Amino acid sequence: MSFTGINWFKYSSPQAFHPLAGRMIPWFSAAALVLIGVGLYIGFFVAPTDFQQGDAYRIIFVHVPAAWMSMFLYVIMAAWAGLGLGLNARPSFMMAQAIAPTGAMFTFLALLTGSMWGKPTWGAWWVWDARLTSELILLFQYIGIILLRASIDDLRRADRASAVFALVGVVNVPIIYFSVRWWNTLHQGASVSMTASPKMAATMVTAMLVMTLGFWMYSIAVTLARMRCVIVERERQPAWGKNASIQEVAEAR
Amino acid sequence: MSQPSMWEALRWVVRRDLLLAMRHRSDVAMSVFFVVIVASLFPLGVGPEPTVLRMIGPGVLWVTALLACLLSLGRLFTADYLDGVLEQMLLIPQPLVVLVVGKVFAHWVISGLPVVLLSPLLGLQFGLGGGSLGVLTLSLLLGTPTLSMIGAIGAALTLGLRGSGFLVALLVLPLFVPVLIFGAGAVTSSLAGIGSEANLSLLGACFLLSLAFAPWATAVALRIALE
Repeated sequence: MSFTGINWFKYSSPQAFHPLAGRMIPWFSAAALVLIGVGLYIGFFVAPTDFQQGDAYRIIFVHVPAAWMSMFLYVIMAAWAGLGLGLNARPSFMMAQAIAPTGAMFTFLALLTGSMWGKPTWGAWWVWDARLTSELILLFQYIGIILLRASIDDLRRADRASAVFALVGVVNVPIIYFSVRWWNTLHQGASVSMTASPKMAATMVTAMLVMTLGFWMYSIAVTLARMRCVIVERERQPAWGKNASIQEVAEAR
Repeated sequence: MSQPSMWEALRWVVRRDLLLAMRHRSDVAMSVFFVVIVASLFPLGVGPEPTVLRMIGPGVLWVTALLACLLSLGRLFTADYLDGVLEQMLLIPQPLVVLVVGKVFAHWVISGLPVVLLSPLLGLQFGLGGGSLGVLTLSLLLGTPTLSMIGAIGAALTLGLRGSGFLVALLVLPLFVPVLIFGAGAVTSSLAGIGSEANLSLLGACFLLSLAFAPWATAVALRIALE
């Protein structure tokens, strides 16, 4: 670290991270607003109508990015949790704590939009298909992590216990991702992949990717905002933010 | 004085837990009767139609086995935690994982094995035939140790918390789902005559995967709970 002359660990102190997060939130919020606006515009007005499903398919511009984000955020959360366990770093646990509600929200959104799409297309709000079931389990895992943290009073134990559970639950993410390939299910296979050319119109793919980027920016903005709350909640001290003397801080603790 | 080896430590833990269970035989009997009674409630609730019973039988028996495992998870560490033995156990020179494996194995012998042995009898209640009875027993034999191992993680994470009974259910049941699906799926597919090898192999994979990771996660969780 020292050979580059940059102190990489400066922002690993909650006190230094708090103002940095505050400065970054407007940028990410603006990016999220613009990207989601553009993505929705392309999705609703530019993308062609599907010849089989009509206009009902347009909900995938929310559904697919939300489902991607639900899995992606879980992995990120587990990575922060693992980093926290490995380095014994409090801000990493705070990040994991701040990501969990957003991840749960996207999982719920994916399930909700999925069932709204399923009703006109499959004729059922819900089917017990492998991908739907495993996504539902992901929602339960998010809720479990949030509840486990909430029911432990000792912060240190709460951080570490929910981190262990988050890491154990990572097993589910590849199961969700590959479920449509491993099992012959009602949920269709992936229409977009990194390796093959997409099986849908270019505008649709663009709308989906722009929406995903927008959701991503939104997640960062919300996570940072929640992170600021978590920091203030945990580090509340009378002289916080000013240059408190050691004695003052010691008395506050 | 030479230190006892890992195997000796493992044997000691298993022997101790089994001995303690033998001294409280009613605890063991309770989980067995729980399974019998819950499994008998379903025909009463759903109705005695044989085709319906045969259809729901595998799922019902698997869910009962799963609930029995869940209810007995409280016994895994709590008693030792409350009287302070667990804290002493963490100080042993052998790896903590060995101790966890021993305790989980003893837990399985106490709460899982009786269900496995009883399952052919319960299967008969639901009108399962010879071949699928064998598959049911085999799937439970492969699946219940996995349940005990996954459950141990939840039990260790929620050790000594308020409302830990509900919390452990919330944490552990989602992780039980794959075992439930493959286990019940094995019996259903043998009933349908399409062979149960695929589901049994997947159950075996779940078992090996949890054997490789769950004891470590449990050991870490125990250290966190007791630090």
